[in-house]
Amino acid sequence: MSKILTGIGICGDLVIAPLFYCEQEISLPTENITDINSELTRLNQTISLAKQELSDLYEKTLKQYGQEKASIFEVHQMMLDDPDFYESIKNFIENKENIFQAIQKTAHNFAKMLADTDDPYMQARVADIKDICKRLISILLGTKSNYMMEQPSIILAKDLTPSQVVTFDESKILGFALQEGSANSHASILAKANSITTVINLKEIDKNWNGKTAILNAHTGTLIIDPSPEQINQAKKDLEIIKNQKIALEKLKGTKTSTKDGKTIKLYANKNDIEDIDKALNQDPEGFSLFRTEFTYLKASAYPTEETLFNVYKETLIKAKGKEVVFRTLDIGADKTAPYFNLPKEENPALGLRAIRLCLTRQELFKTQLRAILRAGAFGNALIMFPMIISVKELDNTLTILNEVKQELKTQAISFKEDLQVGIMIETPAAALISEDLAPKVDFFSIGTNDLTQYTCALDRQNRELLPFLDTHHKAVLKLIEMTVQNAHKYNKWVGICGELASDMTLTETFLRFGVDELSVTPPNILPIRQKIQSLDLSK
Amino acid sequence: MIQFTYKIKDPAGIHARPAGILVKLANGFKSTITVSKAGKSGDLKRIFSIMALGAKQGEQLDIHIEGEDENQAKEAILKCLQDNF
Repeated sequence: MSKILTGIGICGDLVIAPLFYCEQEISLPTENITDINSELTRLNQTISLAKQELSDLYEKTLKQYGQEKASIFEVHQMMLDDPDFYESIKNFIENKENIFQAIQKTAHNFAKMLADTDDPYMQARVADIKDICKRLISILLGTKSNYMMEQPSIILAKDLTPSQVVTFDESKILGFALQEGSANSHASILAKANSITTVINLKEIDKNWNGKTAILNAHTGTLIIDPSPEQINQAKKDLEIIKNQKIALEKLKGTKTSTKDGKTIKLYANKNDIEDIDKALNQDPEGFSLFRTEFTYLKASAYPTEETLFNVYKETLIKAKGKEVVFRTLDIGADKTAPYFNLPKEENPALGLRAIRLCLTRQELFKTQLRAILRAGAFGNALIMFPMIISVKELDNTLTILNEVKQELKTQAISFKEDLQVGIMIETPAAALISEDLAPKVDFFSIGTNDLTQYTCALDRQNRELLPFLDTHHKAVLKLIEMTVQNAHKYNKWVGICGELASDMTLTETFLRFGVDELSVTPPNILPIRQKIQSLDLSK
Repeated sequence: MIQFTYKIKDPAGIHARPAGILVKLANGFKSTITVSKAGKSGDLKRIFSIMALGAKQGEQLDIHIEGEDENQAKEAILKCLQDNF
């Protein structure tokens, strides 16, 4: 019997695939133990089960993909066999730590040991340590974790944290079917960047659907579990229609983003990560805005070094093939952080120590990143952008640091790009209201509509209870945008719009009439927005 | 005790997969096998200790083997290094 759930389609099209149920992140027990022996027995059993799993996985992968791909599972078995690794877990347990703590602390220490080698390849093997520890923990909990997803699937989950999203093998994600979530949640943003078919707000998902076939349709916002043959046929027909629409858009590649009356707009791709760049290029963007530099930090297990950052940025610029790339400096706060930052929990992280505030507080961290961006700048067309600026003083302090870093590089005779354009995000009402004072000091503004809406309306974008109160076209936000554009233009500075509203086609004409110079949209929206702009005539 | 040195030629250095081959091989011998590089040393039978060396192209490894099958071990390990690294 098939079952239909209705939610809100976020992005992508339609997919027919098995479901993979993903557990919510579980908080592991932290209390100490009293019975050391039974905990050690548990450890031995868990390790031997894990080795059995790995050995099965090795055989299976060997048959399907050959020795090259399979050997990593052999290495994982060796890691579990390594007496140093085992002794470490055992020692923690003998000190009355529970098995979860013992595994996690061991993983942390071993990961640190590899991260301390000066070899980027070994540093990347930290992922293998995390992987074996996740395997042990999921055996203990009796849950299958994300990394065990074997076939391409639709992820079925209550909601996903950003760190959960990055643990999946991207090539195997065919869709997201989420019970909660919002259009602006991190999972949705990532899904959009990768054109992954996503439907959220599906009421009452059931974990027993794991492995069942489903049709996920983002156009209708539906999830059909156990579809009938007729429903599958209909879905295949719908998919055909969607494909034909795509062919029409393909023809717009290489054409100019201009209105009928000749106003040309820069249409840039939002880009999260270096891995997105090839996919994005395929959609024919004119540049790349909003390279979210925090992703390199979120994926790491210790502060990335200047060299690591430099290599990521350099490779990005080379891959961008001479097109502009806007590097937004670190935008991390208590709600979006990596453990090694050791950020204290905050009552109100959205209003807390985040983004430029964190960088101005921890200047060494900031300088390392600036050095990497400036040095990489010599390899392409880089721009730099600072997030969350709310005052002239903050901007002045930030620019002073930027100049200090340039001076340092000069003194050390290290080559870098001296004259790269500098811009700031306008994402608070404060910044929009004083944009006239900020404009003379920078080369460009980029209006971040997600945060601007959240801060203007005092409305948490992650909270779905608030959806009925969310007016994404709130007049106050539009007024702030218009005002910012006018102030920038007084000083001949250009203004871009990023965030969800930039891709909202019902606002494209409004933004063009405000005089916006650049729109930064998710890659799948580039061609549809170009089509929209080419259909507009602003003289009428 | 036998001692010999080996200079890594592979541009990739000692990486996880080939390190696995080496560890598997070492575990087949009774001798104690120690590898050192620039003051750091590790047990060739333990994968983490080899990975933590972070050995790269052009770097020299000092290998010490001690035990009843040290001669066979040396031959096999040297061949494995030459074939893979």
